[in-house]
Amino acid sequence: MPPASPEIEIRIRARNGWLWLDWRGLVDYRDLLVLLVRRDFVARYKQTILGPAWAMVNPVVTALVFGFVFSRVLGVATDGIPPSLFYLCGLLGWNYFNQTLNATSNTLRGNYGLFSKVYFPRLVVPLALAVSNLAAAGVQLLTFTAMFLFTALKNPEFAARPGWGALLLPLLFLHLGVLALGSGLFLSAVTAKYRDFQQVAPFFLNLLMYVTPVIYPISHIPERWRWLAAVNPVAPVIEAFRATLLGTSGVQPGYYALSVGVTLVVAAVGVGCYQRLARDFVDYA
Amino acid sequence: MSRPIIEVSGISKRYALGEFGFSSFREETEKWVRRLRGRAAEATLPATPAEREFWALRDVSFSIQPGEVVGIIGRNGAGKSTLLKILSRITEPTSGEAVLRGRVASLLEVGTGFHPELSGRDNVFLNGAILGMKRPEIAAKLDEIIAFAEIERFIDTPVKRYSSGMYVKLAFAVAAHLEPEILIIDEVLAVGDAQFQRKCIGRMQEIAQGHGRTVLFVSHAMTTIRRLCQRCVVLEGGRLRGIYPAEEAIDHYNRDAGASDLDVDTDPLPRAWGSTGEEARLVRIRALGDRGLLFGEPLELEFTIRVRSTIDAGMIGIAFNTVEGSRVMTLDSDADGRTLRLAPGLHTVTLSLPSLPLSPGRYYCHAAIGQGRHMCDIVDNFALWEVHPGGRNDWESDRAFGGCRLRSVVHHRPASA
Repeated sequence: MPPASPEIEIRIRARNGWLWLDWRGLVDYRDLLVLLVRRDFVARYKQTILGPAWAMVNPVVTALVFGFVFSRVLGVATDGIPPSLFYLCGLLGWNYFNQTLNATSNTLRGNYGLFSKVYFPRLVVPLALAVSNLAAAGVQLLTFTAMFLFTALKNPEFAARPGWGALLLPLLFLHLGVLALGSGLFLSAVTAKYRDFQQVAPFFLNLLMYVTPVIYPISHIPERWRWLAAVNPVAPVIEAFRATLLGTSGVQPGYYALSVGVTLVVAAVGVGCYQRLARDFVDYA
Repeated sequence: MSRPIIEVSGISKRYALGEFGFSSFREETEKWVRRLRGRAAEATLPATPAEREFWALRDVSFSIQPGEVVGIIGRNGAGKSTLLKILSRITEPTSGEAVLRGRVASLLEVGTGFHPELSGRDNVFLNGAILGMKRPEIAAKLDEIIAFAEIERFIDTPVKRYSSGMYVKLAFAVAAHLEPEILIIDEVLAVGDAQFQRKCIGRMQEIAQGHGRTVLFVSHAMTTIRRLCQRCVVLEGGRLRGIYPAEEAIDHYNRDAGASDLDVDTDPLPRAWGSTGEEARLVRIRALGDRGLLFGEPLELEFTIRVRSTIDAGMIGIAFNTVEGSRVMTLDSDADGRTLRLAPGLHTVTLSLPSLPLSPGRYYCHAAIGQGRHMCDIVDNFALWEVHPGGRNDWESDRAFGGCRLRSVVHHRPASA
């Protein structure tokens, strides 16, 4: 055991400034990231009879209910796609976004016990959540694929085909992941400081789903309200899911580019606030 | 002298009192509005006026050489925990700087991040990673860790099925196999039953002495400090009193010790050795009588206990340690083999002695509630009580009386020639 490694020098002092990202620390703790992902996964499905199949039940049942309410009762159009497939595709992205934002928005307060006892880069925990939620998204994707094949075989007139764009799917998930993480971390930081915001995440997500084209195509929004979809960074991504998997044509490059821009800003602000709060939130929690 | 491995220079830490917890959004908005309205006059006031501040640490500086084992001692509230938290990077100092040259691992608690659903093996990996170990490092030590924890048979069982003893053993075992250059330890080191505690302390000694590692170590147990540390940082009211050789530091520490009240509210105190105080909890301990604790005079101690779930074969005990940390007397309610049955609710139990045999001096008191071999509640150091000489006046003589001085039956028979 060497008495000291000259290459390691940790300086502890009050820091100013908001953006401070310890890349080296994150890389050092990559094993922890993997183990936390595993923990999240095991903890979620241990002692449940269906296990990861739950990730299938939720969207299927939701898609069926949506199909009944919005398609049958309210008659919302689905761009010529069978309703259940349409909803399942929209939920694929939405659920991942929703779950990741919800889970990460409680990072600081939920991990007080851990954070007040040991140091490690605080970003590891929310990153692990964003990754472990991908497992559920993967199961959903399989469900969607099964449903798609079933529909295609049963109904020869069904013409929708995924394009080569489907290969971009990982990028779409990455996009949603970064956006959810950014907003989740921002909420986590403000909730750590002001409890009032605890109520915000679920409420906000509930409303956001309705202004996001999950249950209706973007083409269905009246022209003068179209800007709503433009300022909502989730909308073009959900539309892109359908464009790549079902070959719809709702994505407008301008909107999508704007969404990427907003996502980057949200991520920077979220990570910045989170890092700022993580530095000493144990003092007033 | 080589370059110090730890250099602390002018570290201070301020806490805001009063609204200690989360502030609500409304308050903060009000503050803003007031500041806008009051413009210059109010805005120039400091954010936290002096009476609402509390300096947990003030301008503390010291440095430590590689390979040193240094104790941090001081009364409750002296700033030990704050110092540990800053050096462990859990919180930031308000001002000042500390430089640590090497990999750091800090143990402020054992079993941090253990997840009940995961198996013992998975938790070893997870906990090890949280403490900063790499996967291959943990894998290489896995067998050693399992053997140390003495839980080979249960390593693939979820830890929620572990007894609390097995749990802390496994948790300590992971911690004991960390190999950083700098190890920061709070008083968590010895856990489990008496035998395992000895093993823990032995392991700590090995870590501290055998491997040339630098260790910072906070404890109230002066025997352990004396055994492990060469030097000690003595803190007092948030300021550095000095850094002295261990013996001298312990002297300083003992001299500052003021005796506590004879009526102690033990409910809010932290629980020790992994006990929780859930099933039964010591809420108040007091010495009856109004003359204080007097050697040779009757002693009556009253324990108030809150019981949540029935204790069938209960035991209440109190132990007295000298300021050096040696246990010199214990009183246990089951010393004669009789146990207590405690139904849910509040109970008072008194333990009394016709004549207190403890030599005059100061004693750290520890109390516990047990049920069979299981300890439901343990409060360590709940008080520092002073025993006064009472009516006897032979204490001034040169005789060394030891911890207890007991009355014996004396038979005198002149051996005539």
